[in-house]
Amino acid sequence: MSWLLVYPIIIPMMTAVLAFLFRNSPAGRWISVLGTIALLFASISLMVEVLDQGVVAAQMSNWEAPFGITLAADLLGAVMVVITAITGLATVVYCLAEIPERLERLGFHALLQTLLVGVCGSFLTGDLFNLYVWFEVMLISSFGLLVLGGSREQLDGGIKYVTLNLVSTIMFLSGIGLLYGMTGTLNMADLHLAVRGVENTGLLTTIAIMFLVAFGVKAALFPLFFWLPASYHTPPVAVSAIFAGLLTKVGVYALIRTFTLIFDQDVGYTHQIMLWMAVVTMVTGVLGAAAMNDFRRILSFHIISQIGYMVLGLALFTPLGLMGAVFYLVHHIIVKANLFFVAGVAKRIAGSTDLARIGGLYAHAPVLAFLFLIPAFSLAGFPPLSGFWAKYVVVKAALDLEMWVVAGISLAVGLLTIFSMTKIWGAAFWPAHPDGIKPRLSDMPMGERMAMMLPIAALAALTCIIGVLPEPFVLFAERAAQQLLDPTEYVTTVLGVQP
Amino acid sequence: MELLLAITIGVLVATSVYLMLDRNVLRFLFGLVLLSNAVNLLIFGAGRLTAGAPPLIDAGAYAPASVVANALPQALVLTAIVIGFGLLAFALALVYRTYMTLGTVNSDEMRVAEPMDGQDLDTGRLGLGKPDPAQPASGREAGI
Repeated sequence: MSWLLVYPIIIPMMTAVLAFLFRNSPAGRWISVLGTIALLFASISLMVEVLDQGVVAAQMSNWEAPFGITLAADLLGAVMVVITAITGLATVVYCLAEIPERLERLGFHALLQTLLVGVCGSFLTGDLFNLYVWFEVMLISSFGLLVLGGSREQLDGGIKYVTLNLVSTIMFLSGIGLLYGMTGTLNMADLHLAVRGVENTGLLTTIAIMFLVAFGVKAALFPLFFWLPASYHTPPVAVSAIFAGLLTKVGVYALIRTFTLIFDQDVGYTHQIMLWMAVVTMVTGVLGAAAMNDFRRILSFHIISQIGYMVLGLALFTPLGLMGAVFYLVHHIIVKANLFFVAGVAKRIAGSTDLARIGGLYAHAPVLAFLFLIPAFSLAGFPPLSGFWAKYVVVKAALDLEMWVVAGISLAVGLLTIFSMTKIWGAAFWPAHPDGIKPRLSDMPMGERMAMMLPIAALAALTCIIGVLPEPFVLFAERAAQQLLDPTEYVTTVLGVQP
Repeated sequence: MELLLAITIGVLVATSVYLMLDRNVLRFLFGLVLLSNAVNLLIFGAGRLTAGAPPLIDAGAYAPASVVANALPQALVLTAIVIGFGLLAFALALVYRTYMTLGTVNSDEMRVAEPMDGQDLDTGRLGLGKPDPAQPASGREAGI
């Protein structure tokens, strides 16, 4: 069995344990940083292996598939683990400056690491019930991170986040139960084969819709997204950033995985529903953002809007569409986490995230203004940044299918995204601060400034690199999409036999 | 036997949906508990019911001779019960803490994170949010 698949789960788990033991001393936060660096190396070596060998699979405790739990990584899974490690590292470094000792003593870093365990596990598992377990690991850590500190806002947002996510979890679990009842297996590769023998396809489609609802809540699709704008602006900024970057994307990943590997027998029905959900999600998200007047709340609504593009790529179900979805996933995680980091620095030096109460960032912190523009323009889809290519591929896929309305709407949503970004720019960066404060980066102590600005600069650089040299990334996304649409390699590697 | 189980699950789900439609968060949570139990029964039922046939294999044999109970759904249910219990404990503590802090369990009154329009702090900048008569939006304050 390949240990490479186990490291991205074991490393953050061990780090969590150590970080919890040392939570009362400064060593705890450095353990967290070191552990995340180790995770990054582990994920890159997994990526190299997958690029080299194709799909990698490992059977836990050497129980043959489909009887035991399988871990498997194809290109999509591997790239998601890499991007998780990158975002995790950026967040942990950012936490050095933002998270007060009071929260560290409560076990903040341990929770953050278990969140990474849950996310990596979800990306690597090849078993549906195991996916449910990783979802729970991720959920319970995110619950903890969201309400840690216990301010009024956090508890208020936390209630909505917890309750709605629990409903989605139960939906997922009942879907698993019914699917097991129909097919007698839970191994995803085995399910790919087993669903072909099911006679009652109508029932299978019903189960598919249950999964769509369950993952739709996690991914914040319309009309299931209400928990997201209620809660994402309440915790510390570092927590907002990692939630914004990773959690909804796990939902999208689960949608892509199940609706390419298992539920691909009634594409005309399920993917049509998904298509219109995606379109309405884009529109409601961007309109919600336009109505907000808080830096972080605008960004929260934009997550929803951008999720629409990814799911649209999946719903089109063409090689180009899926390629766009994969590219979009990677691009969006980097950009969105980065925008939240910028909001955090703005809050730190200007005193608030409410657009009415901040200003002067362009005059006094031009570096921050520049670093805001890169992810902001990338989010809106300006060339030559990563968002342009992501949007281009998805819209092109829609145009190829002659879906003019869908393509038109997604372009219009891009325009409205620019509107929101100029709104932030026009209120937070351009005018003078309403209280006459001069928000300078140099007012922060040197160490904190580095801890906050380094992740922002690194993620912005990554956005630029993907934007200027898109070819390897596009080719990669193309290969990943091919693997998704034709899962023969995945199935044979996991099951070890020719189907 | 299947019919009885199906009816039980149906009644549990109906009751839980009724409870979950309540504005009281605590009632919502009790609904959730019932629902998770209903789903546990559902998984149990999905594994087929075989009364009085323990999943035991004769000594020396590789497979059971006749139809026996399916052990896997029971393992799944056990896992789901444990996870559900943990989540419930957390959610109950959260509701209690919220009640102590916000003074309410009515979800309609929980508007701290998303203030209602009337009490919103936004000043109608760029003519978008609800306008504040004391500070009419002119676009100048946004620098455009």
